[in-house]
Amino acid sequence: MSAPLRTLEFRDPLKAKQLGARLSEVVDQVGREPVSVMHVCGSHEQAIARFGLRSAFPKKLDVVMGPGCPVCITDVPEVDEAVALALQGVRVATYGDMLRVPGTVKSLGDVRGEGAKVEVVYGIDQALELARATPAEELVFFATGFETTAVATASALLHDPPPNFSVLSAHKYIPPVMEIVTEMPGSRIEGFLAAGHAAVITGSNVFEQFVRDHGVPVVVAGFEPLDILAALVRLTELVRDREPKVVNMFPRCVTAEGNRVAQEQLWQVFTPTGGQWRGIAHVPNGNLRLRDDFARFDARRRFTIDVAKLWAYAPPRLLGQCRCGEIMSGSKRPSDCALFGKACVPESPVGACMVSTEGTCRIWHQYGGHLDLRSVS
Amino acid sequence: MCLGVPGRVVSVNGFSAVVDFWGVQKQVLLHLVDEPVGPGDYVLNHVGYAIRKIPSEDIAATLAMYDQLLDAKPEDLMRQDIEGEVGASKGRP
Repeated sequence: MSAPLRTLEFRDPLKAKQLGARLSEVVDQVGREPVSVMHVCGSHEQAIARFGLRSAFPKKLDVVMGPGCPVCITDVPEVDEAVALALQGVRVATYGDMLRVPGTVKSLGDVRGEGAKVEVVYGIDQALELARATPAEELVFFATGFETTAVATASALLHDPPPNFSVLSAHKYIPPVMEIVTEMPGSRIEGFLAAGHAAVITGSNVFEQFVRDHGVPVVVAGFEPLDILAALVRLTELVRDREPKVVNMFPRCVTAEGNRVAQEQLWQVFTPTGGQWRGIAHVPNGNLRLRDDFARFDARRRFTIDVAKLWAYAPPRLLGQCRCGEIMSGSKRPSDCALFGKACVPESPVGACMVSTEGTCRIWHQYGGHLDLRSVS
Repeated sequence: MCLGVPGRVVSVNGFSAVVDFWGVQKQVLLHLVDEPVGPGDYVLNHVGYAIRKIPSEDIAATLAMYDQLLDAKPEDLMRQDIEGEVGASKGRP
């Protein structure tokens, strides 16, 4: 596309150095260590990893990735439901990343290899197309992801889906899990970086209640190295000044109110309900369930899903050693896991965090396996 | 992934648009975008839906950021996610 006129604004090494120095100064001013902040977005971790930002962060600052990978937090029983449907002979369509996510015994990829009808689609519109092309056959879309994909699912169900189409919702909603992670015993999280593009939908206002209730600041951040550094400076300033508030450092994309049209469709179709996030906790209001008006498109109400049958097999033994949950709650790093990079690699992942391009383990593995250079030196 | 991808609207037919992503044209749905969109506008897209009309003053900076992300090696995860997103819309109509 057009010439990158403003290249230097994103990658200017001098500016990065200045921001890094400023960050050190502010963290020093907090007067204790470590100062721990969390981001909840796979794209943020990718950016931090690919530019080696963590080695530029001050030693007293801990920036951890929380439950920001939609594939990773999809719970085992949810994968089991999709696998059971496929084994029952129902055609299942889902996003590509979901194929290799382990269920209790099998993944969707495993049962596809055994002949079940599992289709990979880029978006729900492709799943609808498949359903329309074969009206005599039921098609279930295994719908995963946060607000950004949930709005697409909602919109699809509001705009004339074919009668043979239904949704198995494993959609999750980010704001409630921030509360859970903050309240976890031993949690040291003092501030959050919120994902810029998810906030395009929800608006930065969505975090106001959380900040009021928990006294923890939230800064909405973009994805370039300088965006992230600048947002961290602002966030640590808020920690230093004990000033819990929401600050939008990505106004190029995010407004206070967000996309009202998308929000209206989201809440017309879904209602929040409590649910388990893989390896983390039961999160009140953290799952999105189809409202009763859309019961006919709810695969859970349309089919009897026989997951118990799957559990007759013994679960894979390694899964018990997987530290995915503690990594996503910020209490452990990938390098603390005995399986990381050894028994668990992208080619044969044990846990979901090694499957997705947004998973903490996959990102650390891709960019060198041991990203926190401070603990090496 | 939460990045989304920017593209230029080529044509609009009801709630369906043809959008150009780095020379590849794809169909994108407009039900979720909160402003009127027409040919020549730039939109941010995710899993086959436009989610935001990019204000004209922000287009150059937004495109520059993505151009840089796409300059990375093919195995780079951000580049892969963006390329996956471009595929997230139906094929060339």
